[in-house]
Amino acid sequence: MQVYRFEADALNALIATLRERGYKVIAPTPMDGAVVLGEITDAGQLPRGYCDEQEKGVYRLKKTDRDAFFDFNVGPRSPKRYLFPTNHVLWRSRQENGRLEIYSESDDEKPFAFLGIRPCEMKAVAVQDRVLSKGPFADRIYSNRRQKALFIPVDCTRAGKTCFCTSMGGGPEATEGYHLALTEVIDENRHFFLARPGEENSVNLLECMQAVPATAEEIKQGRDLIEKTAACMGREVNTAGVAEMLAEYRDHPHWEEIGKRCMNCTNCTMVCPTCFCFEVEDHNDLTGQNTERTRQWDSCFNLSFTYQHGGSVRHTNKARYRQWLTHKFSAWHDQFGESGCVGCGRCITWCPVGIDVTEEIQMFQEKTS
Amino acid sequence: MITTDVLAPVVATVREIQQETQDTFTLTLETPEPFNFKPGQFNMLYIPGAGEAAVSISGDVTQPHELIHTIREVGNVTRGLVALKPGDQLGVRGPFGRPWPMDVVDGRDVLVIAGGIGLAPLRPAVLALSAKRAEIGRLTVIYGARSPEDMLYAREFLGWKDAFVARATVDTASPSWRGNMGVVTKLISPVDFDPTRVIAMICGPEIMMRFAIRSLSALGVEDDRIFLSMERNMKCAAGICGHCQYGNYFVCKDGPVFDYDQVRKLFGVKEV
Repeated sequence: MQVYRFEADALNALIATLRERGYKVIAPTPMDGAVVLGEITDAGQLPRGYCDEQEKGVYRLKKTDRDAFFDFNVGPRSPKRYLFPTNHVLWRSRQENGRLEIYSESDDEKPFAFLGIRPCEMKAVAVQDRVLSKGPFADRIYSNRRQKALFIPVDCTRAGKTCFCTSMGGGPEATEGYHLALTEVIDENRHFFLARPGEENSVNLLECMQAVPATAEEIKQGRDLIEKTAACMGREVNTAGVAEMLAEYRDHPHWEEIGKRCMNCTNCTMVCPTCFCFEVEDHNDLTGQNTERTRQWDSCFNLSFTYQHGGSVRHTNKARYRQWLTHKFSAWHDQFGESGCVGCGRCITWCPVGIDVTEEIQMFQEKTS
Repeated sequence: MITTDVLAPVVATVREIQQETQDTFTLTLETPEPFNFKPGQFNMLYIPGAGEAAVSISGDVTQPHELIHTIREVGNVTRGLVALKPGDQLGVRGPFGRPWPMDVVDGRDVLVIAGGIGLAPLRPAVLALSAKRAEIGRLTVIYGARSPEDMLYAREFLGWKDAFVARATVDTASPSWRGNMGVVTKLISPVDFDPTRVIAMICGPEIMMRFAIRSLSALGVEDDRIFLSMERNMKCAAGICGHCQYGNYFVCKDGPVFDYDQVRKLFGVKEV
């Protein structure tokens, strides 16, 4: 398909157009010392001139001397916060004179337009699709929001130190599910975006930005940036045989060793863009007649997660860590035909004790070879 | 793909509640539509104020107008269920899960092994097997309970003894008990079935299932002819909340009935 180009200043026109068309524009924005996703109304709210530094258990936001809008990698929030909201009412029930009524709560959220999310996040949405809308039962809220959403990811032109998307097929270039994929190109003289329409009908989004067909030279500039990014991933995983290895070595002593470091804080599962586990909670009013059932994100690191009549099945740290890692890199293949990891590196960055999945997998590979 | 809201219950009305044993009772419900299910499937029962619990269906598949659950009082929701009276209303979601393998029993001996409340999900299978005895080989039901007073469906069990081989054993009993005592595996006998062709269906505590499998394996029953019903914490029953994961399976949609060949590797590992 034809690649287009528009000037960096035209982002505002894009945001305005999306809003005119009824979308809530969700984009990266600096807040509380991190780049997070949030609703924006103006390109001025994008993290222009910011970059992040990430390492095991470390995240720092810094100002740069460049004017790029998308010079950072992923922050703690991902689209799952919007498509699969936590603390959301599922249904309400009312009991009166011995009669019970139960009715689903309608979801009248405006459609989301995700602008400037990353290819790994795009991939994570595809991973969650298979869990939440393509199984024998579809989640009503997710499927509804997902179907109405618009995706305008921006390819990564810089790799973070905790990134390993090239190992997991998650990036650094958006390859699926998008309406419009952008590449930001900036040098001393020029600042523009390349745009690849994902569907025929998304070409009309380009008009508001006065996009023109890109030249071969411009396309090459974008391609070089993506290739350079792919070449300098902060981390990597050799995925060959990992699924089989983790399923085979459930009793390996290394689980015990990780269990001693892991605090079961659930951070990795909260920031993970594919983790989907949830808990439900009933809120009853004082009359006892009215109940609302809400859904919250849950985590396999919580002791209550496997509770059944009198105890929890996975009652040790090591068993809960094993569940998480084995699910992501092994069981997910059996369940959904692909890995549950997209290589975004969030679980490494946001682990307070710096447990690094790529290192742990490598340890297993060394110890079991 | 089912597009209705799988997480929202429909309303059912209590027709009857019957005490089975000291801590177990059988609930008969009426639903707005006939409730079709397969032996071994389960429902999510919702009590306002208490929450939701997964409960296997214990009724007769040919009677879709009465929805029957046998429930042991073990937690908040089950305590709420026991307090129900005829005419009260509650929420029901289901049926969910993979049923007992009723499609492979024709022409074969069938051995049913239950421990404690494990007879509840097996009752629909026993009723269905009993109804099609002409098409299957020999039917044997083996049941272990804590004491004679803890036996479920005690009166019905006497009828089963007249119709096919049905044996019970208990852990403890008063001197007046004339029946078997000891573990359920003692009652497994190749006199009742052909080990090279039998289909075994087992439900009970994991430790009991482990020993039953060991006995059957020793007799030469192959792993893929041994079926068991697993239990894990369930919230959604639709394969999307993650709670009931058991290795690479979701117990709610891939189970609760598995053949032993599927779970053999997981069965030996703690805290899976």
